[in-house]
Amino acid sequence: MLTLIRALRSHLSKFWIAAVYLFLYAPLLFLVIFSFNSTRQDSVFTGFSLRWYHALASDPRLVEGFFLSLKIALISATLATALATLAAYALVRMGQFRGRTLFTGMVNAPLIMPEVIVGMSLLLLMVGIQRVAGWPDRGTLTIVVGHILLGMAYATVVIQSRLSEMDRSLEEAAMDLGCRPGQVFFLVTLPNIVPSLMAAWLLTFTLSFDDVVVSEFLSGPGVTTLPQVIFSYARRGVNPSIYAAATLLMAAVTLAVVIYAIYLARQQRKTGYQR
Amino acid sequence: MSADSSRWVKRLNLGRRTALGIPYIWLLLFFALPFLILLRISLTDMGEGLDPFATMLSNTDGKWRLILKVQNYLSIVRDSDGVWGSTIYTEAYLLSLKYAFLTTVLCLAIGYPFAYFIARSQPARRPIYLMLVMLPFWTSFLLRVYAWKGILADQGVVNAALLALGVIQEPIQMLYTDVSMLVGMTYVYLPFMVLPLYANLVKMDLRLLEAAYDLGASPFKAFWLVTVPLSRAGIVAGCMLVFIPCVGEFVIPSLLGGAENVMIGRVVWDEMFSGNNWPRAAALAIMMIVLVIAPLVWYQHRVNQRAYSEAS
Repeated sequence: MLTLIRALRSHLSKFWIAAVYLFLYAPLLFLVIFSFNSTRQDSVFTGFSLRWYHALASDPRLVEGFFLSLKIALISATLATALATLAAYALVRMGQFRGRTLFTGMVNAPLIMPEVIVGMSLLLLMVGIQRVAGWPDRGTLTIVVGHILLGMAYATVVIQSRLSEMDRSLEEAAMDLGCRPGQVFFLVTLPNIVPSLMAAWLLTFTLSFDDVVVSEFLSGPGVTTLPQVIFSYARRGVNPSIYAAATLLMAAVTLAVVIYAIYLARQQRKTGYQR
Repeated sequence: MSADSSRWVKRLNLGRRTALGIPYIWLLLFFALPFLILLRISLTDMGEGLDPFATMLSNTDGKWRLILKVQNYLSIVRDSDGVWGSTIYTEAYLLSLKYAFLTTVLCLAIGYPFAYFIARSQPARRPIYLMLVMLPFWTSFLLRVYAWKGILADQGVVNAALLALGVIQEPIQMLYTDVSMLVGMTYVYLPFMVLPLYANLVKMDLRLLEAAYDLGASPFKAFWLVTVPLSRAGIVAGCMLVFIPCVGEFVIPSLLGGAENVMIGRVVWDEMFSGNNWPRAAALAIMMIVLVIAPLVWYQHRVNQRAYSEAS
């Protein structure tokens, strides 16, 4: 026991780091292992089977929810990144303009607002508009608006930090060489911040694909995203086909991360050659 | 040439206006306006039509009157017998603050040493450590919380392991108690504590510590008197990022909490969709912003300003 304590003390940092990672990854490990379980058991692995994956594929609610979430996430991530690019450009390149404080506040506010409040106030707006104009019904469109608002705040932070690091003399050189302002933006500024645009797009995609609260407020009858389906299953009890869905999602994410890492390494090697 | 350049300036202005105008209008429309509507509905008297958008203006004897129903707010803090501060709403607020506080303390206790050790590890390893912290973010938050349900259940992995080890004779109930709530919330919000702390600790000038050692401070004393005060801005930022969303948390209590773990996010939801009392739900939300979020944001702003003025 004493030697254990002594070992702990001399390797405290390693033990602490390992313990935190265990905490962070234990649920993921659990999901993967028990998605292959042959029974509904939660504590004992009774045998390997793929029955929950079959159950998953034959559950129309989960499959439909998946494609709806995919559609919403693709649209809202793209639009949120576009809006965030403009907002970040305004914040970094335009100095003091009238209403800057209000603008900064509105861009950042969704980062700290509880999602319940964001979802609720948007719902009130949508109901209000619908009363006056008879449109839009709650559904895909209203969820997309909510997710754009949420994602834009995060995307702006990402793009803003890259844009403020960028070397401004590149833009000035392009101006001196006779580029029009639009050309400078599209030919010099934009290519320079592409990595941050990709990061922002991925982040907003995940946010949208993962969101329950805002979707719960803004969805209408017959429109249920994947997280909403999972949420309603999860409240009823344990259902291993959700574990199977989780494992598939994790596999997709791992694949994406690996591809991204390879892309990054290649990119670095390429710029290395150029130097 | 001059005509040419003035056209350029015009174009530049047009470009700048669209770059600013589009996101500005978007935010006014979908962030500021909903917020004003929230405020308006929180003061609406629904009347007999139970209409949350009922008019706030009344015209009696040719005089216009503005009707503000403050009762929506009063009924949150005062029950029907006139007793203050013991309604289901105040209890839910206090419970939310309690869980948010405990989660923040736990995240800080686990996350500070963690961020510290990463920040002091070999520079080449730091990106990998950080990447490993962020990676779980990319899998569904809902599913990660849901996994704890299986882990902490009476027949779950933790109980099975403790039974097998002979630590306990019969399963202890962890799911749907304070334990599962705090485990789930700490789990979800730990990275939000670690990242700002790391960003702060990694920038620290290590020569300050050497100076402290040279002046005879023990490692512990140097840590406590030099490192911790210098990382104050990181601590405050991390605590904000954990505390504020915790107060309004909705998903974790619905999955891991019991019938008595009713937090304010849940109450707002129930008022909206079960009680159909939109004005009260709006008043609850406004109170959460005014009493909890606004003071904290203001406090963090001040701490940042002080840190900035000390640095320069």
